[in-house]
Amino acid sequence: MSVLVNKDSKIIVQGFTGSEGTFHAGQMIEYGTNVVGGVTPGKGGQTHLDKPVFNTVSEAVEKVGADTSILFVPPAFAADAIMEAADAGIKVIIAITEGIPVGDMIKASHYIKDRDCRLIGPNCPGVITPGEAKVGIMPGFVFKKGKVGVVSKSGTLTYEAADQVVKQGLGITTAIGIGGDPIIGTTTKEAVELLINDPETEAVVMIGEIGGQLEAEAARWYKESGSKKPVVGFIAGETAPAGRTMGHAGAIVGGSDDTAQAKKKILNECGIHVVDSPAEIGKKVAEVIG
Amino acid sequence: MNLHEYQGKEILNSFGVEIQRGIVAITPEEAVEAAKKLTEETGTGWHVIKAQVHAGGRGKGGGVKLAKNIQEVKDIAGEIIGMNLVTPQTSAEGKKVHQVLVAEDVYYPGDSEPEEYYMSVLLNRSTGKNMIMYSTEGGMDIETVAEETPHLIFHEEVDPAVGLMPFQARRVAFNLGLSGQAFKQMTKFVTALYKAYVNSDSSLFEINPVLKTSDDKIIAVDAKVTIDDNALFRHKDYAAMRDVREENATEVEAKAVGLSYVDLDGNVGCMVNGAGLAMATMDLIKQAGGEPANFLDVGGTADAERVETAFNLILKDPNVKAILVNIFGGIVRCDRVAQGIVDAYKNIGTIDIPIIVRLQGTNADIAKELIDNSGLDVQSAVQFQEAADKVQEVLS
Repeated sequence: MSVLVNKDSKIIVQGFTGSEGTFHAGQMIEYGTNVVGGVTPGKGGQTHLDKPVFNTVSEAVEKVGADTSILFVPPAFAADAIMEAADAGIKVIIAITEGIPVGDMIKASHYIKDRDCRLIGPNCPGVITPGEAKVGIMPGFVFKKGKVGVVSKSGTLTYEAADQVVKQGLGITTAIGIGGDPIIGTTTKEAVELLINDPETEAVVMIGEIGGQLEAEAARWYKESGSKKPVVGFIAGETAPAGRTMGHAGAIVGGSDDTAQAKKKILNECGIHVVDSPAEIGKKVAEVIG
Repeated sequence: MNLHEYQGKEILNSFGVEIQRGIVAITPEEAVEAAKKLTEETGTGWHVIKAQVHAGGRGKGGGVKLAKNIQEVKDIAGEIIGMNLVTPQTSAEGKKVHQVLVAEDVYYPGDSEPEEYYMSVLLNRSTGKNMIMYSTEGGMDIETVAEETPHLIFHEEVDPAVGLMPFQARRVAFNLGLSGQAFKQMTKFVTALYKAYVNSDSSLFEINPVLKTSDDKIIAVDAKVTIDDNALFRHKDYAAMRDVREENATEVEAKAVGLSYVDLDGNVGCMVNGAGLAMATMDLIKQAGGEPANFLDVGGTADAERVETAFNLILKDPNVKAILVNIFGGIVRCDRVAQGIVDAYKNIGTIDIPIIVRLQGTNADIAKELIDNSGLDVQSAVQFQEAADKVQEVLS
């Protein structure tokens, strides 16, 4: 088992023929991901990377049965593309695009709220179920199949954590990059919940950072759930100054409750195994999994 | 992107928000002209001279003063322009004042007492909706109000589908204890303010104080406006308002070449790909006994040119005693980054502080070999912990 994406997912790429879309779709196909086509308005009917191009997402759903979409659409048009995917009945929408205006995301997240779909991101590395589907921009070889789930706001820090876990002789069920923007489709809590409920996942790594309340919310849910599956947590940004955005638009300390220290305290209180050093994530996972 | 008070007020006013009127001046002579013109247009007798810098608490540092005649306008403007204004929100050296806003006096006597309120518009991250936060306690530091009298802070969350509703605007006016003409004016003010927030793609409005004048007008006396950087592509006029003098010079330079850089006070510089890993690397530096001198995300294309620029930015800081490069090669191959480091190092000439390079991921081993055989004074590491240990070594 795995969550969100697997070998049967029928994936389309929005922004398929652009340079980012072309490069990463190529990498995904090479990995063995089931890419069934792509969408670029105005280029419908063409073939790209040996896959059909459609003008609209609904056409892709109709003709090739797409159920999952990954977006490499430029920031100015990305929120619209998310809404189009939701409207067409896509079930899992993964938005890689960085730099979408917050005002656009307020509208998009409101629009998709009551539709039967899940948005991952934006500003995220995507989702990978090793050996089955890489729906993102991560280096596939780092992720080996196994029993640990990963949830993270960051790209390279996800690779770092996965690499450490794999080097401990453990592997990954599914790694979910939820994104570093102020408004994201799937919260830390929702991603952790998916993995805790996945029978194949035996432990979860949860990587957060300064800003917002997502990690605290996830920790409280975990405690409530009474789950026996261990969760290892790391929060980046202990040394970040207040009031400054640290790369990710959402990574900014606004008050006393969204610092790394405050979050770690809550995680600890909720029974999560918190590591202070980012170099000890893998070791800690091996320790708690026994 | 942060704006000056006068720029923020311009934007507010363009959406129908009533503001304290003013004219910006860069010399005392211009200030006098501005004052005369303002008296003609508004009938104001007194003027308020306000330093225009990106920092709150300007009044406390002597950056906001009342001038009761033209001579005082000239004297006060002369005093404030060019001063290093120190406020609770600036560093100890303060911020150089390049311009002042000459504003009308709005606290004139009349039928009722003037009243000050607080109002801000911002994103509520936990609900994904915008909200208006407001309080009867205007003119004060809102953090203090939140701590001492939290029941005096109110919120109005806005449904993205329909926007701010009239009943919500009325609730704001009721909660602020207004009636009659002032009540009506406040509902107009809030409605226009929210419209301005959404249409300008702002990420923060803070109006402190909002003033009810003695003749029941509602106006913005101050304006802190932050525009969403990601939305500037559709607001070229706002983008032109950027005042780089208010920003850290190194950060401006980094931004121009597409690097994400934040200047910090520590002694170990770092260069990392990815924001999360960059923050984690800063944390590791601290745990190794150092203090991070910066946040620097070189992004996905860490080629020789970018690496060289990044090195030069870090080396500008005389406090830097060591540099830690931490790259997790995914799509970007480590050997290419390593080559970039070697080339950049040679281009710069001598770098007389230790450099520790940790490369992990695609082709990490080839990269390590490349660094180790380069003959340069660069230490390489593959594991994250190894890099931290080396930082500790060079610091001690």
